[in-house]
Amino acid sequence: MTLVNLTVNGQERECDVPDGTLLVHLLRDHLGMTGTHVGCDTSQCGACTVILNGEAVKSCTILAASVGNAELQTVEGLAEGDSLHDVQTAFRTHHGLQCGFCTPGMIMAAVNMIDRHKGQLDETLVRHDLEGNLCRCTGYHNIVKAILSAAETYRARHQAAMAQG
Amino acid sequence: MYLYDTTYLRPGSIDEAKALYDAGESPAFLSGGHTLLPAMKGHLARHDRLIDIRRIPELQGIAEDESYLTIGAATRHCDVAAAPVVRNCIPALAGMVGTIGDVQVRHVGTIGGSLANNDPAADYPSAALALDAIFRTDQRTLTAEEYFQGLYTTALEPGELLVSVSFRKPEHAGYAKFRNPASRYALAAAFVAVHADGVRVAITGAGNDGVYRWHEAESALGHKFESESLDPLRADMENMSSDMHANAEYRAELVKFCTQKAVTNQNCITLL
Repeated sequence: MTLVNLTVNGQERECDVPDGTLLVHLLRDHLGMTGTHVGCDTSQCGACTVILNGEAVKSCTILAASVGNAELQTVEGLAEGDSLHDVQTAFRTHHGLQCGFCTPGMIMAAVNMIDRHKGQLDETLVRHDLEGNLCRCTGYHNIVKAILSAAETYRARHQAAMAQG
Repeated sequence: MYLYDTTYLRPGSIDEAKALYDAGESPAFLSGGHTLLPAMKGHLARHDRLIDIRRIPELQGIAEDESYLTIGAATRHCDVAAAPVVRNCIPALAGMVGTIGDVQVRHVGTIGGSLANNDPAADYPSAALALDAIFRTDQRTLTAEEYFQGLYTTALEPGELLVSVSFRKPEHAGYAKFRNPASRYALAAAFVAVHADGVRVAITGAGNDGVYRWHEAESALGHKFESESLDPLRADMENMSSDMHANAEYRAELVKFCTQKAVTNQNCITLL
């Protein structure tokens, strides 16, 4: 067993887990946070995407024991009360989901993509950076639209923040 | 899927890692784990201890000298792809690493993990072979020719730890990859490097014995470095793998096509 200390969505958590526990199972089975999904279980589909120390990763392919003291962001940490995160709002507005199974991973990948590129995205880059996330419903078009729209919101917010100094 | 029981260990030095390995019954070194953990999840592999080598200082970092670019085995793909020294020194290498797997995979996967696994469709083996790489382990130094020994097979002995890989700086190089549209792995890809002493062409994805050098193409390009030099050639059919994704004849065409594209587009990558 390994005692894993993590900050999950800003909250410090402590979990004593078997060494072979995958990060996604620490979240789902030990912390009861089932927003992060297990899709393919072969590291391809990205439904389990979370943000680990500022980087999108597939939590089904990382040992929980290896990420001690890390900062973790999951889909549960995005909304503030009833107020959705800009990326969540964009997915709703642009119909970026149908069955919704891939959506937590899509949204976490999108949040990280927009952060990493500081909102400077175009369609080609979004499609390239979204290669690690599979959706079997939408055909991706509306997901790409949603991410581009959220990136535009990100840029507008940053410009406004800069203007305010 | 859940792993069989295992013990996770995180040594801080090569000596400690070796001692932990020697004391295990069926140990494995763990780096990014993006091949090892899926195999363990699928119960295709079972290891009583996983020895995480990512904190060992000798396995970190990227350094350049006059002739070589040296990358520590535990360096992640995203760090190699983004490193200014790699982008300046061998742009095709940085570009190639930026196409491995996907964003999430590149945030975790490492050069050492990829090269120790030697997947026949992986990208790194072709760069290592074309860039005449030197493999340093905790015990010895190997050339790329000595290191690669067929499908999923390398010269690494059980418990031997890959420490760093040094790529010989070319005058220029290019990489072209034709990806399987579903898996995104190379159905065929060519790394073409021009060194002062000749051209090296390494093919991944297509060979039935893993990465290999296409010597006929090297000779033709050594005579005249242009894609037309390859027009009369055909990749050796005996050497081509054939499966549900592409038969040998198609792969042979792809090998030639990728090589020609890599010749035409030097100092960058071409995704086909």
